[in-house]
Amino acid sequence: MIPDWIVLAILTIVTASTPLVFAAIGEVVVEKAGVLNLGIEGMMVMGAISAFAVGVMTEDATLAILAGAIAGAALALIFGVLTLYLMANHVATGLALTLFGLGLSALIGHSYVGKTYPGLPRLDIPGLSDIPVIGPLLFGHDILVYLSILSVILVTWVLTKTRWGLLIRGVGENHDAAHSIGYSVNLIRLACVLFGGAMAGLGGAYLSLAHTPLWVENMTAGRGWIALALVVFGSWRPWRTFFGAYLFGGITIVQLHAQGFGVAIPSQIMSMLPYLATVIVLVFISRDSSRARLSAPACLGRNFHASG
Amino acid sequence: MGRLMSIRLEQRGEMSRAMIYGSPLIAVVLTLIAGAGLFAILGVDPLDALVTYFITPIATLDGVAELFVKATPLVLIGIGLAFGFQANVWNIGAEGQLTIGALAGGGLALLFYEVDTVFLLPAMVIAGILGGMAWAAIPAFLRTRYNTNEILTSLMLVYVALLILSYLIHGSWKSPESLNFPESRLFHDAALMPILVEDTRLHIGWLFALAAAATGWILIARHIVGFQIKVIGMAPRAAGFAGYKEKKIIWLTLMMSGGAAGLAGMIEVSGPIGQIVPVISPGYGFTAIIVAFLGRLHPVGVTLAGILMALTFLGGETAQVDMNLPNAVTGVFQGMLLFFLLATDVLVKFRIRMSSPKPAPAVQEEAAE
Repeated sequence: MIPDWIVLAILTIVTASTPLVFAAIGEVVVEKAGVLNLGIEGMMVMGAISAFAVGVMTEDATLAILAGAIAGAALALIFGVLTLYLMANHVATGLALTLFGLGLSALIGHSYVGKTYPGLPRLDIPGLSDIPVIGPLLFGHDILVYLSILSVILVTWVLTKTRWGLLIRGVGENHDAAHSIGYSVNLIRLACVLFGGAMAGLGGAYLSLAHTPLWVENMTAGRGWIALALVVFGSWRPWRTFFGAYLFGGITIVQLHAQGFGVAIPSQIMSMLPYLATVIVLVFISRDSSRARLSAPACLGRNFHASG
Repeated sequence: MGRLMSIRLEQRGEMSRAMIYGSPLIAVVLTLIAGAGLFAILGVDPLDALVTYFITPIATLDGVAELFVKATPLVLIGIGLAFGFQANVWNIGAEGQLTIGALAGGGLALLFYEVDTVFLLPAMVIAGILGGMAWAAIPAFLRTRYNTNEILTSLMLVYVALLILSYLIHGSWKSPESLNFPESRLFHDAALMPILVEDTRLHIGWLFALAAAATGWILIARHIVGFQIKVIGMAPRAAGFAGYKEKKIIWLTLMMSGGAAGLAGMIEVSGPIGQIVPVISPGYGFTAIIVAFLGRLHPVGVTLAGILMALTFLGGETAQVDMNLPNAVTGVFQGMLLFFLLATDVLVKFRIRMSSPKPAPAVQEEAAE
């Protein structure tokens, strides 16, 4: 018999990991198409405040979640236009997106500080959710948790089994070839960037609607950057990225619980763990440079201009 | 996009010199217009808000002095970062290097709290620089040894540095007289930056910033190292053929930017703050990235851009006090400015043509700089 606190711990790991799953899976698609969007943090935090604001105003969870996705995609649109059509540097534009998103979200969120949202309802299935251990672990989550797992399945399927996936990987690996056989490189890339933005927005929405259902300035606290690292960690494969997200969610929770159990390590040192773990994991991934280069899309971060 | 709007981008044969200097100005004007729009949406009189934001703060001598106080860390860090960005070395963890520099320099001030000597301040300057360098050495080592992306490592280390600061200031560095507030003892006079203009807060740190700009200009425009940095950034393969060592340049640029950020952090605690507090910088390390770009990665430009960005910080504070606007408006302004700059930058390399597209497009690719 598994004790209740283990079930509870696993549930909190799911909560900590879900925002990372959304953001990282979105970025997998973006990077597969050859675009490097460093603005995940900004899109996430805009998703968080938009979802929270709409949630508080309408008390409608669906609208709130949609608002989060739309806000993320709207910010991604700025990034897309700048990098794809105005050929701006991907790194600098992504940074600007993060600064802008953090500022704008704080501005919008100014009047939402201290307000509360009831949180997302659990999708309880009568009978099934009551089974001990398995019930709460498999059936007691909110809609976004299931959506995050569904997105991993769908993205894997689209990338590997469909013509769309072939196109996305094509423009990411060789945009000149994709262009010369008649595909609109920038349109495909824009679609991927918007998808990535919406996913980051959903990750942010999960933070402010379910994870800690209130608005705190800068509440993403670097998760967007960790999501970026997770894409490298998962070597641009959805399932590996998903497991990476849960690994990091796990580290975050272990860190919290260690404090609860009175482990005599200062809280600040424990809070460093996820960031240090990211660095260590990155070192292990990139150490073998030939492998890292094989899995990274060949045109990642390069602008495309068809002149003529 | 070309076909839809029958506006096309046509590559210029050479970069437009007019646009290299013109696009930052266009970006500033566009930011002001967009800012006015933003204020209107917030229900604030745009003209009133812009005056509060950009004129009121520098209408007095105190205000002008304050402008340079705030510009000091931005210019210092921006100059350092510009080297790396030219060589495609993306140190975006300056905020962390600033924090460690502040801890190294400020720690020395606390360690020799009882000692009154003229050597204390120079020692703190050196400690600050070394602290920032040490923190930047981690991404430099990981990039050169294990090929690890310095963007992510330097950024993760920002969070670690801020947590170290929090740990120390809530722990052993807390002042015994602070009534349990998380702040250190006030530094003694020997550990404080001498004031440059009497009755203001302007201190000699600004001279360090100017010296850094001058050194930066000599290095980038007149020295072989500057040339190597530019070649590695623009044409890595050519740099390889010429025998320039990429690893050496990665180390060099990260040490310069880390050292500059560390010095900036030390100057903050020893200048305007005068002690170690939980929040040392309002994001100077991140804003300096915009400063570097806005200044065209050129020392003179970076200095001017640093002063302009300092104004957005000052304006944010004034608007908060005078008009009860949230301080976050500053971040929005800074983000917009960088957006517009990046957008207008397209005019440097391309010209806009309004016509119907020609058939049979030739394929061309532009590597990201």
